[in-house]
Amino acid sequence: MKPHRRNRLIIICLSVVGLSVCLFLLGYAFKQNINLYYSPHEVNAGAAPIGPSIRVGGLVVEGSVKHADKGLDVSFDVTNVKGTVTIHYSGILPDLFREGQGIIALGALKDNNTLVASEVLAKHDEEYMPPEVAESLKGTKHQLPE
Amino acid sequence: MWQWFHKLGSPKYVYPLCGKLLPWMAFFTTALLVIGTVWGLFYAPADYQQGNSFRIIYIHVPSAFMSMGTYTYIAVLAAIGIIWRMKLADMFAVAIAPIGAAFTFVALFTGAVWGKPTWGTYWVWDARLTSELILLFLYFGLIALYHAIEDKQKAIKAFRILALVGVVNVPIIHYSVHFWNTLHQGATLSKFEKPSMAPEMLWPLLINILGTVLLFLTIGMMRLRNHILVSEKNTQWVKQEVQHVL
Repeated sequence: MKPHRRNRLIIICLSVVGLSVCLFLLGYAFKQNINLYYSPHEVNAGAAPIGPSIRVGGLVVEGSVKHADKGLDVSFDVTNVKGTVTIHYSGILPDLFREGQGIIALGALKDNNTLVASEVLAKHDEEYMPPEVAESLKGTKHQLPE
Repeated sequence: MWQWFHKLGSPKYVYPLCGKLLPWMAFFTTALLVIGTVWGLFYAPADYQQGNSFRIIYIHVPSAFMSMGTYTYIAVLAAIGIIWRMKLADMFAVAIAPIGAAFTFVALFTGAVWGKPTWGTYWVWDARLTSELILLFLYFGLIALYHAIEDKQKAIKAFRILALVGVVNVPIIHYSVHFWNTLHQGATLSKFEKPSMAPEMLWPLLINILGTVLLFLTIGMMRLRNHILVSEKNTQWVKQEVQHVL
């Protein structure tokens, strides 16, 4: 390779690497702000502000979903094993909402264990399989959404 | 060998070569996309959780893959343009930018349509979705920058630099779901791990990804031919070519 071309190649590589490092450090510094939601254990530890609107994400604890007798009020626990937050919500839950499913709730914290949500989103995992396979693999009966 | 390689850098040689390849490319593109799409939409089983709405993956994943692939390719071509001053690399980079923008738009649109029934929202400002939107704006920037500068020598210089600077966004998009908490799920297909998708659902997806790569090359070649004709319009061979057609 001719020297002037090699120099240009080196300059390009160095600039791209340098720029990537800068952006990585920037992203690392803003880690908290780029994260879409707080994990339950962070909320328990008091890392999330109480009052302003925040998001909390985790898995819905099996057997924790309690529907009110009348109306759309519902409460459930979300966990990431290291911590648990109880969520109160009034509204229509997404189709994929079920026990054991990952969800993200937007709302305000009452204390380090309770969130009053104004929006609940279902988080989907990257696994795709037909119902029969899921049944034999996970041992639970799955109803296809309408 | 080297002579053949150098010929690939000459618009006069590449123009008819693309012309000869195009019917074949178009044929295989159509065949793969029809097989993959029909298989995916009608014959693949429904997902255990999402039911039929998961089928959008057969459009969404190939276009998202190509949206990042095209940008990376443009950046590589831009580097070649800077280092070796290869005119054809610049031409191809300019020609494929709008295709990449189209793939990005399709990925964002199908993702939003899928997000409503699955997540419960069309859009959320998480790292994956936001960085993909930035990619769309980068494409718009590339296209606008090249066309805004009258002197094409200067235009291509600006284009190359933006292409190289913007390429840092590609790994950010890819790893955003690992670095940060996002609503978007992790990658289903990965080079190093077993895909987390049942094989009877996976095959049509792989076929569609290959079909989309070919679609990109087909449209890319067509646009490259147009671009060659426009930018070489003062040369003898283009004048002959045009007279030949007329």
